[in-house]
Amino acid sequence: MTDAYIYDAVRSPRGKGKKDGTLHEVTAARLSAETLNELKRRNNLEGHVVEDVIWGNVTQVGEQGACLARSAVLYSDLDERIPGVSINRFCASGLEAVNMAANQVRGGAGDAYIAGGVESMSRVPMGSDGGAIAADPFLAAKTYFVPQGISADIIATEYGFSRDDCDAYAVESQKRAAAARAAGRFEKSVYTLRDQNGLAIMSEDEMIRETNMQTLGGLNPSFAMMGEQMPGFDAVALLKYPHLEKINHVHHAGNSSGIADGSAAVLIGNKEFGERHGIKPRARIKATSKVGTDPTIMLTGPVPATERVLAAAGMGIGDIDLFEVNEAFASVVLRFLQAFNADHDKVNVNGGAIAMGHPLGATGAMILGALLDEMERSDRETGLATLCIGSGMGAATILERV
Amino acid sequence: MADFNYSVDADGVATISWDVPGKSMNVLSYAALEELNGHIDTVLADEAVKGAIITSGKKDFAGGMDLNVIAQMKEDAGDDPAKGLFDGIMQMHGVLRKIERAGMDVKTNKGGKPIVAALPGIALGIGLEIPLACHRIIAADNPKAKIGLPEILVGIFPGAGGTTRLVRKMGAMAAAPFLLEGKTVAPAKAKSAGLIDEVVAPEELQARAKEWVLNAKDADIVKPWDAKGYKMPGGAPYHPAGFQTYVGAAAMIHGKTAGVYPAAKALLSAAYEGAMVPFDDALRVECRWFVNVLMHPSSSAMIRSLFINKQALEKGAVRPKDVADQSVKKVGVLGAGMMGAGIALVSAMAGMEVVLIDQNQEAADRGKSYSETYLDKGIARKKATPEKKEAVLGAITATTDLEALKGADLIIEAVFEDVGVKAEMTKKVEAVVGEDCIFATNTSTLPITELAKASERPDGFIGIHFFSPVEKMMLVEIIKGKETGDRAVAKALDYVRQIRKTPIVVNDARFFYCNRCIIPYINEGIRMVGEGVSPALVEGAARLLGFPVGPLQLVDETSVELGVKIAKATKAAMGDAYPDGAVDDIIFWMADEGRMGRKANAGFYDYDAKGKRAGLWAGLGEKFAVADEQPDVTEVKHRLMMSQVLEAVRALEEGVLEDIREGDVGAILAWGFAPWSGGPFSWLDMLGAPYAAEVCDQLTEKFGPRFSTPALLREMAEEGEGFYERFDESADAA
Repeated sequence: MTDAYIYDAVRSPRGKGKKDGTLHEVTAARLSAETLNELKRRNNLEGHVVEDVIWGNVTQVGEQGACLARSAVLYSDLDERIPGVSINRFCASGLEAVNMAANQVRGGAGDAYIAGGVESMSRVPMGSDGGAIAADPFLAAKTYFVPQGISADIIATEYGFSRDDCDAYAVESQKRAAAARAAGRFEKSVYTLRDQNGLAIMSEDEMIRETNMQTLGGLNPSFAMMGEQMPGFDAVALLKYPHLEKINHVHHAGNSSGIADGSAAVLIGNKEFGERHGIKPRARIKATSKVGTDPTIMLTGPVPATERVLAAAGMGIGDIDLFEVNEAFASVVLRFLQAFNADHDKVNVNGGAIAMGHPLGATGAMILGALLDEMERSDRETGLATLCIGSGMGAATILERV
Repeated sequence: MADFNYSVDADGVATISWDVPGKSMNVLSYAALEELNGHIDTVLADEAVKGAIITSGKKDFAGGMDLNVIAQMKEDAGDDPAKGLFDGIMQMHGVLRKIERAGMDVKTNKGGKPIVAALPGIALGIGLEIPLACHRIIAADNPKAKIGLPEILVGIFPGAGGTTRLVRKMGAMAAAPFLLEGKTVAPAKAKSAGLIDEVVAPEELQARAKEWVLNAKDADIVKPWDAKGYKMPGGAPYHPAGFQTYVGAAAMIHGKTAGVYPAAKALLSAAYEGAMVPFDDALRVECRWFVNVLMHPSSSAMIRSLFINKQALEKGAVRPKDVADQSVKKVGVLGAGMMGAGIALVSAMAGMEVVLIDQNQEAADRGKSYSETYLDKGIARKKATPEKKEAVLGAITATTDLEALKGADLIIEAVFEDVGVKAEMTKKVEAVVGEDCIFATNTSTLPITELAKASERPDGFIGIHFFSPVEKMMLVEIIKGKETGDRAVAKALDYVRQIRKTPIVVNDARFFYCNRCIIPYINEGIRMVGEGVSPALVEGAARLLGFPVGPLQLVDETSVELGVKIAKATKAAMGDAYPDGAVDDIIFWMADEGRMGRKANAGFYDYDAKGKRAGLWAGLGEKFAVADEQPDVTEVKHRLMMSQVLEAVRALEEGVLEDIREGDVGAILAWGFAPWSGGPFSWLDMLGAPYAAEVCDQLTEKFGPRFSTPALLREMAEEGEGFYERFDESADAA
């Protein structure tokens, strides 16, 4: 089988995904195109050089509708002969795009791909694409549907993470992200987003903030009301988890991932591709995985996805030097640490989505880039990135430096 | 004889008057639907007819559908009952849709004939679904008339277009109380809610209906959903507002029905799927879900127990046939404690003269004041009137004087649970009352035959066991002692009919029927806690079974003290054979710790200062550690279910229970036994006797002989027979 390599990874800064976020004025197509242009610029991608642009994007309506991937290619400076495909694996879309690209390269379907994704959450609100799993009474009942925040609270209850555990994790994430940004650790990937006149709009993540246990302690749990009162999702959760007496609502805005705008792209190809274009591979994509899990607790996917990707790579958890586990909610990462008895010093060393935000379709590609940058910086050989996914799924990727 | 009368007046207005011969209330039969169809055809075909009024020849419009129609459709279809139901119900949709379209041109919506529903009184179920298909609903202003779609209460949903039409008329949110809760309202409220269009004085009903027919324009008879540009009130499912409604409704219904009641979920699916397609498609969608519910074993079991058999028992299915009417005129209630006070209240409410006796006047007065408080609350909630209060209180004489019992035809004794005390009361009272007077005891623990020994007339001695609180609990358990005669049984049954409760009649044995089943259920829950099963899992498993309260909460509600008392008495009676020592270890300790239950604000649960349950008591886990390995929830469910269900089977085997219908109805009404299942015997039938016996064998091996398969169940397992197959005939004959 052909090996698939990562040649480069870039991302936009992450903007606050609200009306007062810096990227709110930038369309999703433009935000995508700027990232594609940056990758093209850095790697001289002239002509019909890649087979496809696989673009993760969750809320595919409005300006993100009608195959945004193709729109993004046409908006960008890439050759129009390069097509585009939008994919949606919820929060792991960006990683899934990379995995699909890698596996097509490994299978011999072309020499190279661009994979990544975008989400402009400030412009196309999360959930505005509807969805049968929540609204179709038959499906919602069959899956014991509850919103993700409730699922994260079920994880905390089921696996015994207190509010303090979650807050402490969040404080640490912010601390790590702030230190990493100050030390310039994101500069390798993050480009300065510019307008059509070349004026800089944004060059650094804007959501990282200083916080402490006391500040976080003052925040109200976000999901208690919908869980305990209207419409009462806890009652549904307790039918699926009858051994729990009640759901402990520990998550709030401060220990959950932030709503964000952003975009990221990864250049993936076989060995010949690099040789032909005179660029060096940075890492090999050793193995990929995706898995379905219980849709009610929903967000425990990183554990089986990791087990599966390790098995595919013929590795053990101890063989991995660095981890990126998407910080959708504090309890998701705490569960990962608990399940593998993993060392927090190896996991999310430069912070994560709790500090920097989680632009749904892009995050998977962003954390893979972050993993690669840190593997190079701290000279580690192996890394694993994984994300929990809506409706009960998980995805993971193992990288190996070359 | 026809169910509908057809006439046309001089102005060309046809009247289709529903008047089922020989019945006080119209219900729709299969043949009547065809009849209605024929009349509609005539209205539409006869050029001299300008429009029609669908009304009733009785004081009410209709009480609903004859549920046998559904059984008939199933039966007629032979080996493909779903197809039979689907075709039958689609045919019904066809008739109603014909009324609604009334001959209009498909494209222009012109040329139809106005058809109005004129409702003189009650209009329930199909009795509202037919009007909903008409172009206007006018109701007489009759505050006693109930209008609504109560189908959900018997485990089905409005399946003759009621669901689809109401959602389109009012929007999902506004329709929810009527569809999902089966709320029924008086005409004025029905009008303000948008359920009907107009309310007029009763004497003007027909004239107003005719006036409307004669003046209706083409546009007046086009339903919004048949007109161009229709938008669903509150938004369709993928409209932003509608989305929130449907997501919320799906979760709320799932949580509230604990996943065990199929009807509400299916109703919601019909509404959701139907909201996204044109009206005729929506009717087909509704029909598919309705058939799905009708084919679900839970719906037939619920209809059978909560509707057909409950009604049969209330109408005297088990009453001795040859005994003349025994309606009670004057009842003497002995003991004005909580039970006695409640019994006095419900008796006086039913129009009986009541003498409430206690040892001192103060206690007797306190018992009577219970009625006053109850009625004051009712007045505050507009459920009662000051006149009613006056009448009820006027009917109750609170006294210490046994002489006041003279002329009573029924005595209900509710004094302290002590054989000696009761015997003394029996003797004293029998000396005062006439020979014809029936003496009933409300004991819940003492054998009737034993208590009857104190009576001069043991054939007139009987048990009438009420549940607490008397005014709320709908079941009354009547217990025959060895010598109890038919007249005493008839008296008790006629009395229960008067107070509008549901009776079951059982034979005398320890704890009769209901408590016999409840106690092992509670004990099994407690026993599991002792074994290290997490209390939350025990309660959670009960929740999954659709029990309103888990066994531990039930102990708290009925008090640990009572549990201890019953345990001690049972142990004394059974001696070495007493099987519940493991349970006593826990409840005796709880009692020692002062955790007596809700009354003490401390039991298996903690309670806050206001008495609100605040979660399981952590101290329980400290004493009885929760094991690391927890059982599968299915095993916990089986233990909780079998512990009570097997008692029901044993009660049947032993002849304590004579009729499985009573066993099923009684279980649901007395202790909230999983209503979705239709009762213990229906539940066993759903499981199938072979599988049920297998479960028992497994449980016996693991947990002991209390789960051993009763011989009757074993035999049925071998023959592959269900309870309702085996006992249906005898039940009918009873």
